[in-house]
Amino acid sequence: MRLLIGIPAYNEEKMIGVVISSLPKRLTGVDKVDIVVVDDGSEDRTGEIAQSKRVTVLRHIINRGLGGALKTIFAFALERNYDILVTFDADGQHESKYISDVIKPILSQKSDVVIGTRWKSKAHVPFSRRLINQLANVITFILYHVWTSDSQSGFRAFNKNSINKIKLQTDGMEVSSEFFKEIKSNNLRFSEISIIPVYSDYSLEKGQRLSNAPSVMINLLLRLLR
Amino acid sequence: MHLVFTQVVLSIFIVFALSRVFLRFKSGEVTFLGFLFWILLFGSALAIIIYPPISGGIARILGIGRGVDLVIYTSIVLLFYLVFRLYVYLQDMRHELTKLVQKLAMKELDEKNEKKPSSQN
Repeated sequence: MRLLIGIPAYNEEKMIGVVISSLPKRLTGVDKVDIVVVDDGSEDRTGEIAQSKRVTVLRHIINRGLGGALKTIFAFALERNYDILVTFDADGQHESKYISDVIKPILSQKSDVVIGTRWKSKAHVPFSRRLINQLANVITFILYHVWTSDSQSGFRAFNKNSINKIKLQTDGMEVSSEFFKEIKSNNLRFSEISIIPVYSDYSLEKGQRLSNAPSVMINLLLRLLR
Repeated sequence: MHLVFTQVVLSIFIVFALSRVFLRFKSGEVTFLGFLFWILLFGSALAIIIYPPISGGIARILGIGRGVDLVIYTSIVLLFYLVFRLYVYLQDMRHELTKLVQKLAMKELDEKNEKKPSSQN
């Protein structure tokens, strides 16, 4: 079993080093753990710092958005024939200790896709976050008929079957919802694992904002029309 | 037949647009279907400008009050359609661009990996 941890990163020089250092070198049930960072056209030292941590860095020469970075991570996982792919945020809001929980349903072959959901725990989460996320969940359900408690989570795990089948189209933030379209259309078994996020001022500033919502919604709706 | 000033100016503009369509088609930048579409569009606009009662006639057949209304309705629908086509086209371009950026990133990594063993020797 070879596992790849994929981190999409855009202008994350403050956190990327810490995030990479926090990742596990070994995991039970996995023979090898590799890390790939997609530096999505950062204007700061994100790529340089990641490189210094001796992980694989794929550099986008121009910024293509979260979806673009995730597409590259999937292409890399497919090309290098990884058995498991874990996507992990670069802003430090995910704790690496949950990786072993998120891959458990995959190792036991119960799920093809696992989402690390931030909403099943009782942890305090800012209200604005909760609102954005609920809205996104409802829209995801209306568009793709999959109910999830965290459609915007960046913490996910995929087995080989789903790495092969998932074909992402969108380039921007709407990619988070698009995963559920792929789960539905490819009949992938999906489950959720509860995680407790670390909400620092930094990660709050970085993530999905309410101001993103209109453009994400328009893009998702227009995709249905075309 | 007397042409008023506006008709003359508009006609000149349409003739100019038609000439562009011809030139673009000749140089292969516009497909045959696109060529027909634009010729039909500008051609009918020219016909209506030179002889406005045409639009009134069509409007009456379609049950729309005035010829001018028909022209405005049709223009709005056409504009919306063209904007939508442009949106789709732009999205496709962005996806192509992402694909290209991804290929370049993978290629750069492969080249770096190829270099590494030789530099260690």
